[in-house]
Amino acid sequence: MIRMLLPLIVFGGLLVLLVAGLQTAEERKLVQSPLVGKPVPEITLPGLHDPETTRSTADLHGHPYILNVWGSWCWACRVEHPYIDRLGREAGVPLVGFNWKDEREEALAWLDRFGDSWHFHLVDFEGRAAIDLGVYGAPETYLVDHRGVIQHKHIGPIDATVFEDLMRRVMQMRAEAES
Amino acid sequence: MRFQVSGFRFQGRLRSALAMVVGVLLSGMLAASAIEPFPFESEVQEKRFRSLAEEIRCTVCQNQSLADSDAPLAQDLRRELFAMLQDGRSDMEIRMFMVDRYGDFVLYRPPLAGHTILLWGGPIVLLLIALGSTVVIVRRRRKAL
Repeated sequence: MIRMLLPLIVFGGLLVLLVAGLQTAEERKLVQSPLVGKPVPEITLPGLHDPETTRSTADLHGHPYILNVWGSWCWACRVEHPYIDRLGREAGVPLVGFNWKDEREEALAWLDRFGDSWHFHLVDFEGRAAIDLGVYGAPETYLVDHRGVIQHKHIGPIDATVFEDLMRRVMQMRAEAES
Repeated sequence: MRFQVSGFRFQGRLRSALAMVVGVLLSGMLAASAIEPFPFESEVQEKRFRSLAEEIRCTVCQNQSLADSDAPLAQDLRRELFAMLQDGRSDMEIRMFMVDRYGDFVLYRPPLAGHTILLWGGPIVLLLIALGSTVVIVRRRRKAL
């Protein structure tokens, strides 16, 4: 009896693997960053509205902040923009834009059109600093705590669920920074 | 006769159209595999560049290597790779640079470690299971004879 059922059992097993594989396919595409849990690399870049001013991640030490990688060429950045807007207004920590491989005029026009709730932007036209951050696509959102350690990285656009998750994590970082 | 002539003409046109399609496809393939012409110092350096670019995965277009990909990030990483070679960094240092930023996933040949043991050992385990069951089946059949 078991002998006759064996092929069926094996087939059932393969089917389970296949369905599980299909369901986790999107998730497996995401490359977990080895930088989570490590200090944020020191990055010094010019601003977007003020190209003559350079800012560094080192200046932000002591306070938690959000670093959001975006570009005017990035379609998904438009999708997540309403949530970015809310993060900028509601999170209570600086929201830093990381303008990646963009053109200044186009980036400024994009901000004019969709709104700019970032506290300031770092401009990485060459994409050199992005490599140090382990950026591999836009949008990406990093949470950095008051010790300058990357606590979390979200890859892809922010939706309602991700927004709630990010807010919860930011509140936790703020509580830690205050205690 | 007239019909035949026009038939020939049609064939000729078809042939040139086919040739054009093949030409376009070929040039597309050539363009896709072309790497920016970096000013390599030597042939050895160029070989090292190529072999490293082939074993490093492009994280945006995940089933392509740095050598294959035309993605902007792959271009940046190739530029970085070339700069590191010019700097005199070793192959190991360059691999570490990529792994530090993008994780083990960036290497097409991941290191042998605790979390990759299934990946490396899996095929051997499967082979042993296959050999074991072959031996069992052959023995049983022999007994049955």
